[in-house]
Amino acid sequence: MSQLPMIAIEHLDVHFGSSHVVRDISFSVAAGETFGLVGESGSGKSTVLRTIAGLNPGWDGRMAVAGQNLGPRRDRAFFRRVQMVFQDPYGSLHPRQTVDRILAEPLEVHGIADAEARIARALEEVALPHTARFRYPHQLSGGQRQRVAIARALIADPSVLLLDEPTSALDVSVQAEVLNLLSDLREARQLTCILVSHNLAVIAHLCERLAVMQGGRIVEILSEAELRAGRAKHSHTQDLIALSYELEG
Amino acid sequence: MSGMNNGNLVEIRDLRVDFPNPSGFTQAVRGISFSMGREKLGIVGESGSGKSVTGRALMRLLPQAARVRAEALRFDGIDVLGASERQMRTLRGGRIGLIMQDPKYSLNPVMTVGRQISEAWLAHNRSGSGGGGKREARDAALTLLEQVRIRDPKRVLGSYPHEVSGGMGQRVMIAMMLAPNPDLLIADEPTSALDASVQAEILKLIEDLVSARGMGLMLISHDLPLVARFCDRVVVMYAGQVMEELPARDLHRAQHAYTRGLLDCMPSLSKKRARLPTLTRDAAWLERHA
Amino acid sequence: MSATTRREWLLSDTPASRAQARWGRRYQLWLAFRRNWLAVAGLLIVVAMLLLAIFAPLLATHDPGAQQLANRLQPPSAAHWFGTDELGRDSWSRLLYGGRVTLGMVVAVVILVAPLGLVVGCVAGYAGGLLDKVLMRVTDVFLAFPRLILALAFVAAMKPGVESAVVAIALTAWPPYARLARAETLTIRNTDYIAAVRMTGASHWRVIWKHVTPMCMPSLTVRVTLDMSSIILTAAGLGFLGLGAQPPIPEWGTMIATARRFILEQWWVPVIPGIAIFTASLAFNLLGDGLRDVLDPKQR
Ligand SMILES: Nc1ncnc2c1ncn2[C@@H]1O[C@H](COP(=O)(O)OP(=O)(O)OP(=O)(O)O)[C@@H](O)[C@H]1O
Ligand SMILES: Nc1ncnc2c1ncn2[C@@H]1O[C@H](COP(=O)(O)OP(=O)(O)OP(=O)(O)O)[C@@H](O)[C@H]1O
Ligand SMILES: [Mg+2]
Ligand SMILES: [Mg+2]
Repeated sequence: MSQLPMIAIEHLDVHFGSSHVVRDISFSVAAGETFGLVGESGSGKSTVLRTIAGLNPGWDGRMAVAGQNLGPRRDRAFFRRVQMVFQDPYGSLHPRQTVDRILAEPLEVHGIADAEARIARALEEVALPHTARFRYPHQLSGGQRQRVAIARALIADPSVLLLDEPTSALDVSVQAEVLNLLSDLREARQLTCILVSHNLAVIAHLCERLAVMQGGRIVEILSEAELRAGRAKHSHTQDLIALSYELEG
Repeated sequence: MSGMNNGNLVEIRDLRVDFPNPSGFTQAVRGISFSMGREKLGIVGESGSGKSVTGRALMRLLPQAARVRAEALRFDGIDVLGASERQMRTLRGGRIGLIMQDPKYSLNPVMTVGRQISEAWLAHNRSGSGGGGKREARDAALTLLEQVRIRDPKRVLGSYPHEVSGGMGQRVMIAMMLAPNPDLLIADEPTSALDASVQAEILKLIEDLVSARGMGLMLISHDLPLVARFCDRVVVMYAGQVMEELPARDLHRAQHAYTRGLLDCMPSLSKKRARLPTLTRDAAWLERHA
Repeated sequence: MSATTRREWLLSDTPASRAQARWGRRYQLWLAFRRNWLAVAGLLIVVAMLLLAIFAPLLATHDPGAQQLANRLQPPSAAHWFGTDELGRDSWSRLLYGGRVTLGMVVAVVILVAPLGLVVGCVAGYAGGLLDKVLMRVTDVFLAFPRLILALAFVAAMKPGVESAVVAIALTAWPPYARLARAETLTIRNTDYIAAVRMTGASHWRVIWKHVTPMCMPSLTVRVTLDMSSIILTAAGLGFLGLGAQPPIPEWGTMIATARRFILEQWWVPVIPGIAIFTASLAFNLLGDGLRDVLDPKQR
């Protein structure tokens, strides 16, 4: 890679009390690239994302975003640059706040003006109807909630987006819309993304490269072409690919 | 089982569910009918098509404000709409298990996973065998977690819901619902957060239960290939109506434009596409049944 | 704007502005509240009592302090609607003026206590660790003493009077609120929606104040309304011991306390302020229950 990677992770370890959840992980993501993270349930994918986002305190190793090393605490500028979409759209929206309020929050925190216009534009970008703006989360379907979560992540113009299973709770038609939306936004805004998913087809659709995790370790990093062609070296990856093909029938 | 009337475990005829809104009623389910025996029935359809509401109506778990009407809504011969609250309590979580769509949200955040599973087990084993002790319940919980392929079940038993991963939460919910040995399992997106290998194992487990104990399974999912592979029959729903009903193995060859649309908009590992087609809805789909 | 179009504007599915959405939401809250007739009754009684207290000077038939020893312990009559007390003072007028003191004290205590308990509990629950331990041990110390005794000690250290009674009751009443708020916060702080708020870069204070406390409000509201009656009774206890409202200021609790010995012969003297306390507590409870149901958006 010619220029500095946007995200660099070196020898990352994460502990929760006595359990060692992520073990010696290293990877890097170039600016504008989308990097996939797959692996079995409980292998530590969400933990990696949450640790980058500063939501897990117990880690060692080196992490850098845009060339700046990350410390134990993140400043406001970091959250302007890095945003995350959580795995569970049912749990990640405040149950007492309307969509409008949820979207206004990042703007208020960062002191961004023209909130009105930005919220309207954000809703339009994720193709939410205007009627959804003053609703509460429980009045929206799962797919609509996830789009609100994506709109919230994008509203303060981040350059890095951490996506934790953004479409696994969505039906296939909404999944298609969200995937199209993500690829459009990525083009338009030069976003760098890390995408966690258990669906290899989704990963192949969006990512240039991906890492396969098992038991807290990265067992293999491969490119989209290698994935599609089934040229994996590790047996776990081969199993996953074989199963995915079988399901596609 | 006693009430095996003409082999139908579930019979739904002309079910309608309306939710009140400030200016009248929203129709969530508009007259659907189907029945199922001790088999694997898949229900597919886009988001908001009324799949979950149908499942909840069968357990009478909808909010009080919801208006539920049906010509017939029966589980194993029992009229669900007319049953007493007491009768429903023995059905729920006992004879009918419901795996909710939002597992982590449905678990109690301040109780360990182990206790929640043990309690589900105790609630339905205490009366029968006479002695369902705490220890026994704990062992049962451990076995159930092993069955749903959780790697270190001992640790997970003592964890709180926020300490387990998304897919683990989903499997905890499955274990809880399997604890009382239900006759019918309603699984609402049970494996959406699981990778292909665990998904296959869990479905295998459910399949074993279906064939060994004659359990009925209602699998609500938006994953069409999965349903096609795993179920016997499929009901396709759109906007609160049944669009078509067909044998699962014919799903790939479905004729209805809506079903075709759903099949087409999935990304594929084998062929690369720059953009995914999205569903274009046709007003005629609604009129057909109105 | 005519009534129907205003209603449509309020109930619109597509509000054009934040203000319209806000008013629409309030109107829907009101509609939901109105359906709960018990809560409406509670609201009406509370409002009526407050009005009676506020307009006491206009509504009183006598000077609440004027003694007429010849007219002691009279039963209700045209001249004295609720009879007279042991010093021949008019009970109706004393009840009105007493409402100012008693309800004023209750409101003052609640205004002091609820935010204090809320902040202590939420901060402790959210921060965890050492701060949590320290705050909770302090809370335990306050909880360990019987409320009246602790209040006594506080008043004795200050000068007896309504203000000191309010401060004393407030100081003894906050710990249960802190406990409650902490318990709620513990379940809230690990949720993804709070993690998402932290991802916006908001400060800890902002997270607690704007996102955690609103989730604690419903259970706190109920607790406050349940506590109203015990606050009135503590105030009465202090008054009885001469440490609360000082005579000749009328106060409901003190009115019962001093008239206690007439309960068998002239029962109306203590019973009438008793009914006032009972009605006030009940009304606050009904109102609180209704508010809790309405404030939870998922209930609708
Ligand atoms: N707050 C926590 N406290 C203790 N253990 C935790 C906590 N969060 C996660 N874990 C543990 O860390 C491991 C990895 O969890 P993680 O959520 O990263 O998995 P995942 O790869 O995202 O899985 P899934 O695909 O099921 O979401 C799990 O064993 C989980 O129990
Ligand atoms: N409690 C409720 N109050 C009002 N409307 C509701 C409620 N629950 C569901 N609905 C509405 O009923 C319709 C059907 O919802 P349902 O949850 O059955 O959809 P679904 O098919 O399960 O979709 P998904 O795949 O997103 O879970 C939706 O339009 C939804 O908005
Ligand atoms: Mg995860
Ligand atoms: Mg659903």
